[in-house]
Amino acid sequence: MKRWLPFPVLWLLLVLLWLLLQTTPWIGHVLLGGVLAAGACLALRRLQSPRPGATSGRSTLRRTVAAAALAMHVAIDIVRSNIAVARIILYRGTRNQIAGFLEIPLVLRDPLGLALLSCIITATPGTAWARYEGERGVLTLHILDLVDEESWIATIKGRYESRLIEIFE
Amino acid sequence: MSHVDALSPMAAFAAALLVLAGALLTVIGSIGLLRLKEFYQRVHAPTMGTALGTGMILIGSMVLFSSLESRLVLHEIAIGVFMTLTTPVTFMLLMRAAMHRAAPGGGGEDARQEEP
Repeated sequence: MKRWLPFPVLWLLLVLLWLLLQTTPWIGHVLLGGVLAAGACLALRRLQSPRPGATSGRSTLRRTVAAAALAMHVAIDIVRSNIAVARIILYRGTRNQIAGFLEIPLVLRDPLGLALLSCIITATPGTAWARYEGERGVLTLHILDLVDEESWIATIKGRYESRLIEIFE
Repeated sequence: MSHVDALSPMAAFAAALLVLAGALLTVIGSIGLLRLKEFYQRVHAPTMGTALGTGMILIGSMVLFSSLESRLVLHEIAIGVFMTLTTPVTFMLLMRAAMHRAAPGGGGEDARQEEP
């Protein structure tokens, strides 16, 4: 099973994506999607670098719960930060003097976890991914509204990083 | 415009509200790109449009076409997934380029700004 289909969950998601893009449900689309998805999974196996710390035996249920909690917090934070950034643009505009860089030491090392963190940070206006130094594990962000450094660090580490570690490590 | 007759008022209202809200967020983001003065500040503004702005327009589109065709239309989800996955790539390239130019010896007089 593992030999010819290395990532079963990814394969299923790719088939679903393929069916989503076809407007008519037809058995041929299922077969074609299945073959294409299998090819993509095999290609990914050749590309994949070994993941450090991906071996811990945390249960699928706990990972799913952590992922659901993360998705909920991210959704709330995206709405909140959109409102906050809209206020800054409309009311403070060019007088905004409190933006700045912020360094956050991360424990998370998993490449997939870091990639997802970058998606979260980019999807949230007001925080921008500036740099990640792999050797030191330090993430540099640019924050539009850098009033309270401690609360930003607490948000990134407590709300996102801890759950990403639960999911990926 | 024969489609409009087939649309239930509730769905039309919900879709219009979602699309308008998404468009409003995107336009505020674009105004921010214009108004904020430093590169690092300006780069924040368009993400309003790429994340929540796009998301709301896509949900509006799903509501509208699901109601029109009387079946679940979901392929907007794929657009959302691709947007979320690809935006950070361009975004990081822009940030890294700006920081590189701002660094001593980076060769950018206009981009010389505060570096951590």
